[in-house]
Amino acid sequence: MKGYLRADGRKGIRNIVVVTYLVECAHHVAREIVNQSQSDDVQLIGFPGCYPNEYSLKIMEQLCSHPNVAAVLIVSLGCESFNREQLAETISASQRPVETLVIQQSGGTKKTISAGVNHVSQLLNIAKTVETVPMDISELVVGTICGGSDGTSGIGANPAVGYCFDQLVEQDAICIFEETGELIGCEQIMAERAITPELGEEIMKSVEKAEQYYTTMGYGSFAPGNAEGGLTTQEEKSMGAYAKSGSSKIHGLIKPGDIPTQGGLYLMDVVPDGDPLYGFPNIVDSAEIVEMIASGSHLILFTTGRGSVVGSAISPVIKVCANPETYRNMPDDMDINAGKVITGEATVQEVGDEIYQLVCEVAQGKQSKSEELGHQEFVLTYKTFEAIGPSCLPSVR
Amino acid sequence: MIDKRFVLLNSEDNVFVCCEKVTSDTEICLEGNLVSINVDINVGHKVARSSLSQGEKIIKYGAPIGSTTESIDFGEHVHMHNMKSDYIPSHTRQNKSGEQ
Repeated sequence: MKGYLRADGRKGIRNIVVVTYLVECAHHVAREIVNQSQSDDVQLIGFPGCYPNEYSLKIMEQLCSHPNVAAVLIVSLGCESFNREQLAETISASQRPVETLVIQQSGGTKKTISAGVNHVSQLLNIAKTVETVPMDISELVVGTICGGSDGTSGIGANPAVGYCFDQLVEQDAICIFEETGELIGCEQIMAERAITPELGEEIMKSVEKAEQYYTTMGYGSFAPGNAEGGLTTQEEKSMGAYAKSGSSKIHGLIKPGDIPTQGGLYLMDVVPDGDPLYGFPNIVDSAEIVEMIASGSHLILFTTGRGSVVGSAISPVIKVCANPETYRNMPDDMDINAGKVITGEATVQEVGDEIYQLVCEVAQGKQSKSEELGHQEFVLTYKTFEAIGPSCLPSVR
Repeated sequence: MIDKRFVLLNSEDNVFVCCEKVTSDTEICLEGNLVSINVDINVGHKVARSSLSQGEKIIKYGAPIGSTTESIDFGEHVHMHNMKSDYIPSHTRQNKSGEQ
């Protein structure tokens, strides 16, 4: 396996030039630059709001210095609050080439698009010169999420991803699972898997926080499709989702944008701290995918029962389909048929091995289905977090 | 023996999970006991492993996933009409669980 070597020593499995807009007003210009660049390696991300937000800045900084990213073009309108100077400095400090275009200082839409297309073409040429070096499984960071869950998710797809996670963790890779709101009801058994009792307490607290937050919102992390697919309650959905974590010890509790430095299994707490300020913790699955990528994920294992189709910018998304009927109905979107567990054609271990093989292949450059179809969904909105406490990463001393 | 269209995920469970759609008025055999299914049961849905009284915990994956809101017969569909969360109410496109 080979990876693109970055200055901080991390290695990427893709070599993307990112174009990022810093306010919705700059979205169209940035999108046009990406479209006119006509390359799969040029991808669009961005932030819609005009008000400042520390969390969004941190996530954007982590994404723009992600190992899969080679270079960045920042597109700003000019009057928005987003700290474009700090973002550019962070990218520069990571020794990646970065260009900033401010539409109000560049003569408007047409001139900025034209300048942007030129910048991207130069950035692509620089990206081509990035050295590839041998990369080990232990250097991989893999995130997992479920979306469009149903009563089959917890039987085939999620346990199979858990089995794959166990193999990855055994080889010292970093594996990340989420989300505390979708783990309500599992807090006790999860806390018992923590490598220290103090970490166990932090895990219990994070799930309590999620329960309070969702109760204030008036809705759990539960969609009508979940019920149509046979699920009835938050805790039933949680128990199924929890199976994605496998059976390794839990090494740490991180928040979005925190990057683990040692191999192991990590839980990501995506529920904001403090009083609910900005609405639902994550409005949709893509917001969580973005957070796992900001914490270093090279690729994402996405399990689905009802049939989600999303992919992501920056890191490939592998679809593991739990429901055999959904797989028959949407085969072009699904990488793995975990419905074989339901129909008795394969065991959880066999599907887990299949996922592991595909992780290795996608890490070596094979496109996942969503990647091939051009899915590059991206969602980043307002949130607020406090830093994690010292008990959250016990192995880092 | 158990009908192969249903699976018991954990020996502690008091529900079976459907692996292949069963249509209404079909007779199925669960652990040696015959029972007639009175509604369509789709993949991923649950039926009761024994008769359950009101307020009893539903056990799946060996863990509680909510409580019954009325008594449930052996083989009956266990879903949002007769069970609820012990944490946060669920919602459908039409309403929140427990609301009419």
